[in-house]
Amino acid sequence: MNELVFFINNVVIAGSVSGSIYAMGAVGVTLIFSIMRFAHFAHGDMMTFGAFMVLLLTTLFPQAGAAIGIPTPILLMPLAMALTAALAVGIDRTFYKPLRAHGVKPIVMVIASLGVTLMLQGLIRLFAGTGGSSLYVDDRKEIFRLPVPIESVRVPVVITEPQLYLFGLTILSVIGLHLFLSRSRLGKAMRAMSDNPDLAQASGINTNTIVAVTWMLAGGLAAIAGTLLSLDVTFKPDLSFFLLLPIFAAAIVGGVGHPFGAIAGGFVVGFAESLAVFNWSVLLRPFRDSLPEWLELPANLAFVGTEYKIVVPFFILVAILVWRPTGIFKGKVIT
Amino acid sequence: MPLLDARDVYGGYGGMNILNGVDMAIEATEVGVIVGPNGAGKSTMLKAIFGLLSVNQGEILLNGETIHNLPPNKLVQRGMGFVPQEHNVFPSMTVQENLEMGAYLKPDNIKRMLERVYEFFPPLKEKRHQPAGELSGGQRQMVAMGRALMPEPDLLLLDEPTAGLSPLYMNEIFERVKEVNAAGVGILMVEQNAKQALAIADKGFVLAAGQNRFTDTGAALLADPDVAKSFLGG
Ligand SMILES: Nc1ncnc2c1ncn2[C@@H]1O[C@H](COP(=O)(O)OP(=O)(O)O)[C@@H](O)[C@H]1O
Ligand SMILES: [Mg+2]
Repeated sequence: MNELVFFINNVVIAGSVSGSIYAMGAVGVTLIFSIMRFAHFAHGDMMTFGAFMVLLLTTLFPQAGAAIGIPTPILLMPLAMALTAALAVGIDRTFYKPLRAHGVKPIVMVIASLGVTLMLQGLIRLFAGTGGSSLYVDDRKEIFRLPVPIESVRVPVVITEPQLYLFGLTILSVIGLHLFLSRSRLGKAMRAMSDNPDLAQASGINTNTIVAVTWMLAGGLAAIAGTLLSLDVTFKPDLSFFLLLPIFAAAIVGGVGHPFGAIAGGFVVGFAESLAVFNWSVLLRPFRDSLPEWLELPANLAFVGTEYKIVVPFFILVAILVWRPTGIFKGKVIT
Repeated sequence: MPLLDARDVYGGYGGMNILNGVDMAIEATEVGVIVGPNGAGKSTMLKAIFGLLSVNQGEILLNGETIHNLPPNKLVQRGMGFVPQEHNVFPSMTVQENLEMGAYLKPDNIKRMLERVYEFFPPLKEKRHQPAGELSGGQRQMVAMGRALMPEPDLLLLDEPTAGLSPLYMNEIFERVKEVNAAGVGILMVEQNAKQALAIADKGFVLAAGQNRFTDTGAALLADPDVAKSFLGG
């Protein structure tokens, strides 16, 4: 039974953590694609930027959270979301909008977003340095060890405070997004523009407003995901290197243009990663005696080493593009 | 004063003129029908009226006010609705959501106009929670017309509403067009099914090569042997 708890900690919890983060990034990528029809490569850096804003604010007001009894970085996150949303709208106005107005091909937009990636990374390095830094300035990361009420089990289920916040906020974001897209006038207009931009315009929908709202949503969600990732591990200016491939894999697995597909895709990629790096030898060990003698159980039996985790989304991406380029939920094919 | 008055309109895509001095006027109570060979500029004329391309010369008046080169959303506010020939629904959205989008600029209309649209097109009420992309061609056309009716336009522009439909559905659509017109909406529609369309037309316009060739009442055009010989297939 200890082995099962080990599995819960390393696969179920770890997979849900990465899954939630990828989901929130992938939703942004998919929304941006469905409204503006290009793959936004600077999205990972928008996530980093959100975390960087939290770092900045937390450094400025390290004790803000103590007054109310929640961690300062969490308290200041809404402000960071607003700043990231503003940054996203600002970047669009400055870099992408003029290109759109010229009617450039999507590939030009993609290359522009690569430029934005480099610019954002430079900007963040300029202020935050090149190394890692903890978002916990005055607070301590709470780690909960939950004992399992079975006698033979001595290993506790381990979950941290930021992970609990992450799960809670992911659930809230998914519900919020669903209500926004299915109930609100603006959300429906967004789906209309994704379906048929010309007809949306002919119906009197102001497409500039929809574009701005899309950036705000994508930026806000990116800030949540980036912040909670940095709280779970640590803040680094090059976080996007570890995010870009999984979030695009998630968006494509889910069918580009389907926000809820992107969320499902995020969890598919997150769980695939944690299953791939899980040491299966641990689960087999209790059955050691019943295994044939010639089969010696190696100490580590994982599909890929943790340091090569990034190949998992890569393979998922290749596989889905070969077998089902429209994703699980029949999305658009990124061209 | 005519509802729509287009005078000597020149316009097209890029610098090239497709329309070379088109005149077109209809009254608020009328159904106007534009016919003519493929590539004559019929669709282009509707797009010019709805502000989707630049009018280089001439004048377009709606209720006596000049509207040429106003953007589509402004024209919707001034009482114009447009149903393009293709891609005229939001396929992944339900029938009802499609209709709601039509009233995007007049959200107060939604409740009342949904009822009216469902009265005009009863099949839509049954299918209101189904994605519009899953409907048959004829029902999609009803959704498209319903969407354009939601803001209560004075003038409805229809581009080939019966293209690709079976004769049964074609007649059904023409019936609905007549009813919508009787309810007080001026209609200007482009049609390939010229004879049937001219039969319900108060005014007919025969376009060729971006110019008016014949303009008269629908009945007079149908009776004119010259029109019949060159444009109605004998
Ligand atoms: N989007 C466009 N860009 C450039 N030329 C176009 C476009 N749409 C139509 N045309 C051209 O304009 C002319 C008139 O087309 P159209 O108005 O669609 O004819 P129709 O009378 O069959 O509706 C045609 O020669 C067509 O090739
Ligand atoms: Mg046409």
